[in-house]
Amino acid sequence: MVQYNFKKITVVPSGKDFIDIILSRTQRQTPTVVHKGYAISRLREFYMRKVKYTQQNFHEKLSAIIDEFPRLEGIHPFYGDLLHVLYNKDHYKLALGQVNTARNIIGKIAKDYVRLLKYGDSLYRCKSLKVAALGRMCTVIKRISPSLAYLEQIRQHMARLPSIDPNTRTILICGYPNVGKSSFINKITRADVDVQPYAFTTKSLFVGHTDYKYLRYQVIDTPGILDRPFEDRNIIEMCSITALAHLKAAVLFFLDISGSCGYSIAQQAALFHSIKSLFMNKPLVIVCNKIDLQPLEGLPEEDMKLVMEMKAEAVKSILAQGGDSKDDEGVLLTMSTMTDEGVIAVKNAACERLLNQRVEIKMKSKKINDCLNRFHVAVPKPRDTKERPPCIPQAVIEARATANAKEKRKLEKDLEEENGGAGVYSASLRKHYLLANDEWKEDVMPEILDGHNVYDFVDPDILQRLEELEQEEGLRLEGEAVEEDFEMDGKELTEEEKALLSEIRRKKKLLIQEHRIKKSTAESRPVVPRKFDKDRKYTTDRMGRELSALGINPSAAVNRARSRSLSTRGRKRDRSLAGQGEDGEAMDIDTEHSNKKLRVRSRSISASRSRAIIGAPGGFTPGEGFRDIVQKQQALKIAKKSVRQRNKAACKGEGDRVIPNLKPKHLFSGKRGKGKTTRR
Amino acid sequence: MRLEKCWFCSSTIYPGHGIQFVRNDAKIFRFCRSKCHKNFKMKRNPRKVKWTKAYRLLHGKDMTKDSTFELERKRNRPERYDRNVTEKTLQAIKKIDKIRVAREARHHAMRFKGKKAMEHRAAITELEKSIDLVKAPAPLLQAPQEDTAKLKVKVSQPEAEFMEE
Repeated sequence: MVQYNFKKITVVPSGKDFIDIILSRTQRQTPTVVHKGYAISRLREFYMRKVKYTQQNFHEKLSAIIDEFPRLEGIHPFYGDLLHVLYNKDHYKLALGQVNTARNIIGKIAKDYVRLLKYGDSLYRCKSLKVAALGRMCTVIKRISPSLAYLEQIRQHMARLPSIDPNTRTILICGYPNVGKSSFINKITRADVDVQPYAFTTKSLFVGHTDYKYLRYQVIDTPGILDRPFEDRNIIEMCSITALAHLKAAVLFFLDISGSCGYSIAQQAALFHSIKSLFMNKPLVIVCNKIDLQPLEGLPEEDMKLVMEMKAEAVKSILAQGGDSKDDEGVLLTMSTMTDEGVIAVKNAACERLLNQRVEIKMKSKKINDCLNRFHVAVPKPRDTKERPPCIPQAVIEARATANAKEKRKLEKDLEEENGGAGVYSASLRKHYLLANDEWKEDVMPEILDGHNVYDFVDPDILQRLEELEQEEGLRLEGEAVEEDFEMDGKELTEEEKALLSEIRRKKKLLIQEHRIKKSTAESRPVVPRKFDKDRKYTTDRMGRELSALGINPSAAVNRARSRSLSTRGRKRDRSLAGQGEDGEAMDIDTEHSNKKLRVRSRSISASRSRAIIGAPGGFTPGEGFRDIVQKQQALKIAKKSVRQRNKAACKGEGDRVIPNLKPKHLFSGKRGKGKTTRR
Repeated sequence: MRLEKCWFCSSTIYPGHGIQFVRNDAKIFRFCRSKCHKNFKMKRNPRKVKWTKAYRLLHGKDMTKDSTFELERKRNRPERYDRNVTEKTLQAIKKIDKIRVAREARHHAMRFKGKKAMEHRAAITELEKSIDLVKAPAPLLQAPQEDTAKLKVKVSQPEAEFMEE
C-alpha cells in the first residue's frame, strides 16, 4: 500500500549536489561546441537550448520531490499524526512549499532569459546571458539547500518507520516505562526489541507479527507513557498516544504489580484513568506483569482496589461491545515474561477479543456477504438421528493404545548422555555387527602384513589353495634336485691356457689405457713427432726385452737396429756426401769407417746422447721449436716475467680485468710511521 | 588403509609417502617418491626406464606368470569377518611369500644359466685370435739362432768407376 511504504521516495540531494548533477547533465547532454563564426540564429539556439534544458531538469527533479513526499492530509490519520509528531507538520509543509516556490522561480528565470536570448547579437552576449540564467537558477537552489537537507533527513527517517498496516488486526501494548512491554513482544513474536533496565529503552514504535487461529496479527510495541498533562509530553510519548488514538486495535494495558519498574500501582492507575478515553471502542485487556516477583493475591488492599477499578473500566468496554458483563475472564490477566507463565493466555485472550469485535463489525456492515464464508461453516442438514462417527479401524485403535502404554526404548542419545556426554563417550559402532560368533565383534583385524594388504588375500578356501600351492612347490623342488647343472659338461681351460688368457687380457688393457692417454693429449699438447722420442720409449733394449718375452731371440734384430741408427749411419745429407766416396761398398757401414765429419756431427746431435744436458726443465727436445737450450731458457724466463705481475694481483689470466677492491682501505687510510702522505 | 602400488616403478607406497595425481578424466596416478613423480612429469614411459618393474617384467628379467600371484587379488566385495579365516590368511600370507621368493630366485638362476658356456667359448676365441700378443708365431720360434746377417755380395758398378775416374 502506498500509504505506508515510505521507502520508495527518491533521495533528496543536497543543494550543492543538486546543482552539480543538473549542471553536469546539461554539460553532457547538450552540444558543447560553438564558434563565433556560426550564424547568429544558430548561436542563439545553442544557448537557448542550454537554458531550457537546465530549467527542465530542475523542474523534473523538484516535481519528483514534491510528489513523492506524502501529503499529510492524504494518508491515513495514524501516519499523518505520526509524521506530525515526529517532524512537525508545519515545518514539513514549509519545506515542501519552499521547494515548490523554487521550482516556479526557476521556470520564470528560464522564460525571461530565453526571451532575452532571442535578441542576443553576438556569441559573447548570448554566452553571458546563458551564464547569468544558469547562475540565477543555481542561486535559487542554494537558497533552499537547508530545506533540502531537512527533507532528506525526514526521508531517511520515514524509510525506517515500521511498516504498520492501520487496517489489519493489531494489538497495541501500552503502559508505564519498564513494565515489560518489550519483553512481551519479544516473547510472542520474532521481533528483537531492546530490553534494558532504564526507562525509555524503546524510543519508537516496533512491530512484530504473531499468529492466532490461522490469522496474522500485528503486535505494536510502544514507548512507555508517563502520567503528565497532554501538553508536556515529549515526542516519544506522543508516538504512543498517536498509535493509541488512531489505530483500531486491541489494547493491552500493562501493569507492573511488583513495582520494580520504579512506579507504584497508584501512579499506573492514575495513568490508566487519564488515558482511558483513548480506549473507547477498543477491546481492552489489563495485564498484570511480573507476578513472579509479586503474585496478584499478595497485593495490599489499596492496590487491589485500584486494580479492581481498572478492571471495572475494562468490563465497561465489553458492555459497550455488546458482550456479557459476566464474561470478564479475558479482562484482567496475570503473567510473567520471566517465567513465561500466562504469556500465551494473554495473547490468546487479546486476539480472541479483537477477532470477535472485528467479526461483529463486519457482520453489521454491508460487505457481509463477501466475508460470510469465513465466519460460518455450512454443515449439511441431518436427515435422521443416526449417529455417524468417523470410522477408525480396530487395529489402529489398539496400536494407539499400546503405543501410549509402552515405554520409549532407550536411544543411543540417552546412552551417550549417561556415559559422560559427547566428548567423553564414543559409541561402539560394532555393537550391531552380524557375525558368526559374537565374541569376534571387538576384534581388531590387521590390514597390512609384510607389505601386503591382508584384504587381498582373504578367501574362505585360502587354506586349500595354499595346500595345492605347497604340493606344487614340493614337486618342483624334487624335480630340480634330480637335475644338476649340466651346463659345462667337462669343458675347461687348462692352467697354461688360463695364464695365456690373463696375459692377453692384461696386454689389451694396457694398450687401451695408452691409447686413451694419447687420445686425451692430442688436442691439449703438441705431439712430439716420434723420431725425437721424448720419453725414450723406442730403445733397442726395450725391443730386445719384448721380443724375448714373445719367445724370439732378439740379438739379430737388435744388432740390425743399432747398425741402422742415426748415430752410426749419420744424417741423410751427410750420408750422401760420404756415400759417393765409398761406392761399390755394401750399405752396411762399420762404425770405424765413418767419415770424420759424420763422427763429429753425430756426436753432438745424437738424441740418445743428449741426456747430459742439464739446467733446462724437461730437458731440450728438438721438436719443441727452440734452436738450442739457451734459447729455451730465455724463453722460459720471459714467460715467467710476464706472468709474475698478474699472479701477484691474483688474476686468472690475461683477460682477467676484475679489480676486487678499487679503494682498499689499508692503502687509503692511516698515517705513515715515517715520511709524508702526499701520495697514496 | 591400503598399500598402493606406484604407477611408475610399481613399488609399494606406504602411508604418508608419495603423491597422488588425479587427472581430468578421473584417473588416479600414485607415486612412491618424487623421483617417479618427476619421471612421470617428463612423460617417460616406465616400460623403457630400466629400473622400473614394468621394464623388468616386459623384458623377462623378473617372473611374470605364477600361481602365487593369483592368490593376491583385489577383491571388491567385502567378506564378512571370520576370525578363523583371518588367522589362516595371516599364516598363509607368510608361506606364500616364502614360496614366491624361492620361485623368483629360481627364475633368476635360470636366467644366468648359460653364462658359463658362453664365457668359455668367448675365452677360446680370444685365445685363438690374440695369441700373438704374448707368443711369437711358430716359424720365428723354431729358428732362433739362424744367421740373419746379410750376405755381402760384391756388385760391379761400371758407372761408379766412371765417376771416380
